[in-house]
Amino acid sequence: MEHVAAATPAWAMLAYLIAGVLFILSLRGLSSPESSQAGNRNGMIGMAIAVGTTLYLHSTGLPLIIAAIAIGGTIGWFIAQRIQMTAMPELVAGFHSLVGMAAVLVGCAAYLNPGAFGILDSVTNEILPVSRVELGLGVAIGAITFSGSVIAFLKLSGRMSGNPIMLPGRHIINLGILAGILGLVGYFVTDQSAWVFWTVTALSFAIGFLLIIPIGGADMPVVISMLNSYSGWAAAAMGFTLGNTAMIITGALVGSSGAILSYIMCKAMNRSFISVIAGGFGDAGGPAAAGSAIQKAYKAGSAEDAAFIMKNAESVIIVPGYGMAVSQAQHALREMGDLLKKEGVSVKYAIHPVAGRMPGHMNVLLAEANVSYDEVFELEDINSDFSQCDVAFVIGANDVTNPAAKTDKTSPIYGMPVLDVEKAKTVLFVKRSMGGVGYAGVDNSVFYMDNTMMLLADAKKMVETIVKNLGH
Amino acid sequence: MEFFSIFSIFVMACFVGYYVVWSVTPALHTPLMAVTNAISSVIVVGALIASSAAAGGSEASRWLGLLAVVLASVNIFGGFAVTRRMLAMYKKKDKKPAAAK
Repeated sequence: MEHVAAATPAWAMLAYLIAGVLFILSLRGLSSPESSQAGNRNGMIGMAIAVGTTLYLHSTGLPLIIAAIAIGGTIGWFIAQRIQMTAMPELVAGFHSLVGMAAVLVGCAAYLNPGAFGILDSVTNEILPVSRVELGLGVAIGAITFSGSVIAFLKLSGRMSGNPIMLPGRHIINLGILAGILGLVGYFVTDQSAWVFWTVTALSFAIGFLLIIPIGGADMPVVISMLNSYSGWAAAAMGFTLGNTAMIITGALVGSSGAILSYIMCKAMNRSFISVIAGGFGDAGGPAAAGSAIQKAYKAGSAEDAAFIMKNAESVIIVPGYGMAVSQAQHALREMGDLLKKEGVSVKYAIHPVAGRMPGHMNVLLAEANVSYDEVFELEDINSDFSQCDVAFVIGANDVTNPAAKTDKTSPIYGMPVLDVEKAKTVLFVKRSMGGVGYAGVDNSVFYMDNTMMLLADAKKMVETIVKNLGH
Repeated sequence: MEFFSIFSIFVMACFVGYYVVWSVTPALHTPLMAVTNAISSVIVVGALIASSAAAGGSEASRWLGLLAVVLASVNIFGGFAVTRRMLAMYKKKDKKPAAAK
């Protein structure tokens, strides 16, 4: 039974390498929507090769294994068919937690039965020192991924308040636990006793919870990308333990993917990664904004006015945000766009990188509503168009349109790249009520401009009424 | 495999990942997360080894492995299926010839 992994035949090594290359190609396919389907297929083939090779090499107890795959596969397939596109952020968070837990379980299994994983020293009959580090780190990252993703899932699905929850002295507690984990992983090299292993596991579960609890809803795009990255590193660490190329390549790919997405999200909010992880954003700004909420004059309009203005415009840029996702307004929005196009109006969509709760969230929702992807533009590609456009139609977005980010150095969102909606001839701003402010807790001067018309209602109802008025 | 040859593969793969991911169009960032999620479930390889190693090994290890197989399978099937569903929605308008322009 010993040294099974070390005795992997050459053809199997080649098969794992091919699987790894297919995974690279699956991400490569996502460079454009045309090639993306083929890319996804490559990913599936790669996974089939990796699983098939492993099953061929380790075929003891096959019936139970097949049953396990069938159970998991059926559940996964059903979830994938049923899930609403607006619920994609929490689905991804939930899936991350499963990868994390699987990594922890594999790590525990390897610790309990090191012989099967080929990580036993043939002389001392103990786990190889290098493997102990890999195992310790793999389990730690897996556990952090799991508990962090569970919290992210609960927050994103609204089962837990999206507000940051602050514990006193949390930075010291967190740093202490983190140091404890690293110290124990180091100690694990000299002493492979069970208590060390299980303490590392338990502490890692704890820190995952503690790290994500103080992070507010607006920072979720960063958190979810970060956990994406962790799930990759966990797989890579396990790949080191097993000396498996497919796992190492995949782990590195997923790890860098999540890291790059986190970087893009941080940059789009002009926040440092450290300040996001430290948590608490959107909490401090609350009372200050409430204090300055003196009644300012704004212009409210009706759906009829909005329909009239847009019908007579030459160009309309639609700016969707999280509010569109919450009220599921994307289908009505597309219908509105179609009717406007029939009137000869040019319609485009402008997406801010952090609009929504995960990277690319708005793009998926618009795609779901059958909006052609060549009408959808990223911030830097469309921002100069606002000054020439007649109407900016903002729906469910707030902070990403706030000009204070460009002018007010005291604003918590100062320096964040924003969509220049205020430069449009007319701004139509769909918002539930004047009371609420965005997640950053700051007021938006666009509301009070002369050329802004506030459309105060539920986003979907408002758009549906506009559609009715356009139909006349 | 020797540690350093594995480590070399890892470092190279990080660079490949870096360049490949930067070339992903921002419009597809959500499918990117879903598909990376699915492929990181390649950890199922470790789970399968644990599940099949019954003889001579610990029973607990085997059941932990089987549970990991279930979890990873949810992810593999769910992740690829949901990615496919999302990608199928990304369409260009020219499929309808009646584009009134």
